Amino acid sequence: MLLLPKKELITFVIFALVVLAMPIWLTPFGASYPALMQKFAIFGLLAVGFNILFGLTGYLSFGHAAFLGVGSYTAVWSFKLLTMNAIPAIIFAMILSGLFALLIGYISLKRSGIYFSILTLAFAQMSYNLAYSVLTPITNGETGLQLTVTDPRVLDLAFAERGEALPQVTLFGLDMAGYWGFYFTAIILIIGYFVAQKIAISPFGMMLKGIKSNENRMGYTGLNTKPYTLAAFVISGMYAGLAGGLLAITDPLAGAERMQWTASGEIVLMVVLGGIGTIFGPVLGAWIIKYFANIFSAINENILHDLFSFLPTSVQDFIVPIFALFVGEGWELTLGLMFVLVVVFLPGGLMEGYRRIITRYVANKSDMPVTELKQTKEPEQVEGKK
Amino acid sequence: MDAILVQLLNGLDKGGAYALIALGLTLVFGTLGVVNFAHGALFMLGSFCAVAFRKLITLERVVLSETELSPWGTPLEIRTPYVDEIFGTFGEVLIDWSVPISILVAIPVMLLIGIAMERGLIKHFYKRPHAEQILVTFGLAIVLGEIIKTVFGANPIPQPMPEILRGTADVGVLFGMAKNAVTYPWWRMIYFLFSLGLIGAVFAFLRFTTFGMVVRAGMADREMVGLLGIDIDRRFTIVFGVAAVVAGLAGVMYTPILPPVNTLGMDFLVLSFVVVVVGGMGSLPGAVAAGFLLGILQSFASMPDIKAIFPGIDQIIIYLVAVVILLVRPRGLMGKSGVMEN
Repeated sequence: MLLLPKKELITFVIFALVVLAMPIWLTPFGASYPALMQKFAIFGLLAVGFNILFGLTGYLSFGHAAFLGVGSYTAVWSFKLLTMNAIPAIIFAMILSGLFALLIGYISLKRSGIYFSILTLAFAQMSYNLAYSVLTPITNGETGLQLTVTDPRVLDLAFAERGEALPQVTLFGLDMAGYWGFYFTAIILIIGYFVAQKIAISPFGMMLKGIKSNENRMGYTGLNTKPYTLAAFVISGMYAGLAGGLLAITDPLAGAERMQWTASGEIVLMVVLGGIGTIFGPVLGAWIIKYFANIFSAINENILHDLFSFLPTSVQDFIVPIFALFVGEGWELTLGLMFVLVVVFLPGGLMEGYRRIITRYVANKSDMPVTELKQTKEPEQVEGKK
Repeated sequence: MDAILVQLLNGLDKGGAYALIALGLTLVFGTLGVVNFAHGALFMLGSFCAVAFRKLITLERVVLSETELSPWGTPLEIRTPYVDEIFGTFGEVLIDWSVPISILVAIPVMLLIGIAMERGLIKHFYKRPHAEQILVTFGLAIVLGEIIKTVFGANPIPQPMPEILRGTADVGVLFGMAKNAVTYPWWRMIYFLFSLGLIGAVFAFLRFTTFGMVVRAGMADREMVGLLGIDIDRRFTIVFGVAAVVAGLAGVMYTPILPPVNTLGMDFLVLSFVVVVVGGMGSLPGAVAAGFLLGILQSFASMPDIKAIFPGIDQIIIYLVAVVILLVRPRGLMGKSGVMEN
């Protein structure tokens, strides 16, 4: 673990503790149930991976959901054909999505800027449309790919009898649906975070940052930038595939809607909301968006009436319908507004907001880089703003 | 031969919609230099202008009949739209022709929306990188879609076309074919002609008016036009409004073909971006040509004979063309060299 400089090591340890302690500190927010925490971990991982491409090299991909989808399909096929164990599933998911990313990246990276965005968008839409139509034998079209009792499961059935019930995804006997599933995804998130930190401080990461600030100049120094951007693209595609595989592990069902371009857009929202180019920011953005998606969308008018019960009835009747627009069905409106506000006023995302607060109030240490000391507080602040 | 003609015709109206959206998109890019991901949302807003207008004129007065009973034994409800009360039989005509008439409503509404959008949000992003423009307009598109969802719900709302236009035209006869060999719905033909007319109007506006001349000059050299004492920013704001109107009208007239729904904007946005890129960033004729070209290509790709050879080709043809064009001819079909080639 001494592979990181001291400052990064501290951040990493704090991050790991925060992630592992999620069941404790999420309780006051009403979010400490395994299914949601698994999502926090998985989408955090996805955002960390996306940031390796967008945050470090500046290439904005609008097609990352395709890799997520490939990862999911691969994992479910691994369950169906080989074994219900989680390990082979994520390995295959990473390999296949990596190969897929290599292919798409090789072609898309021939262009940069907005053309790169449109190329990745076009490829993702192609994959999505094909998954819905021609590739139905592989993807099971609109229904989504599911497990059945009669699947071959070669490795599992070599050692055990075929059961009557639908098998569960396991990790050497641990059930992946509940808390064990959360700790499994959490540990993978922590490993992914560590790798991202390593990449960011490595010479390779410095090259990527150089490409972001001025790709032409990097070229003039005699460097061929293509292999570096392609490597970043493949790595971040593998992160997405891994996240897709984990999604299939916690819930063994893969549907094509995971590959739609709005899903890619959501990934971009997460990273931008949290803070492009920082390592913790994307995770934070993913957590906030998933929190909104799950908690805010469940709030209805009755809950709001309870919440404002301290007000006189006439004021309540006025306030509740206004707030009701932004919760429940309308939470995406909140998300969109929040996103627009962040891009307009805080292009660096919430991490930049945090940094500004720090530099204002801790002026004597103004050049101190961001640490994640206050990270558990951040979601609270965002809610406060709303 | 007739099969080919059918596909050609089918591609025309879709191509018209693509061309109109792409025209506005590339106009905004050429003048303001902004990559507007909310342009599809403008198309969607236009189509909801038609929905709102129809809702408004079909508001009914409900009176309980004193003598007649409904089959359920309750007093029969007599519903009379207010427009009928005011205009008599002309009210019926108004309701029947609600979609074409809502164009008159959509023009000022879309112009206002466009100008408000540009002044309120987009003008702050001229100097920011394209990636941030994409992000903020993408967020705006989500917000607009969600607002429409809260107001009109998440289900498609079909809009009827005028009674008289519901049939099909027997186009085949014109080419000396058998009766009913090639038919084409009247409304789609009208949409195609409408899109041609609107495209012509935009080009005429840019080519033959003083305002258009200033705008073209501004596209060529913004700074110089500004130095000549012309308030180019204001002109460009109006251009943004015009682009919004074009997208909105394309949406209004498309409602009988495709029932409007709040996700319409996102669906058309991706396609129209592809159209712009294929046509060449910032090239107006390119956008129009590419719009029709891709519309027709798409309908050819959905022919059963072609699908039998390349399964699934109808789903991906547009993106495939875009990828090939971007890699082989980076500036698109008619793009000028040097405009956003990287």
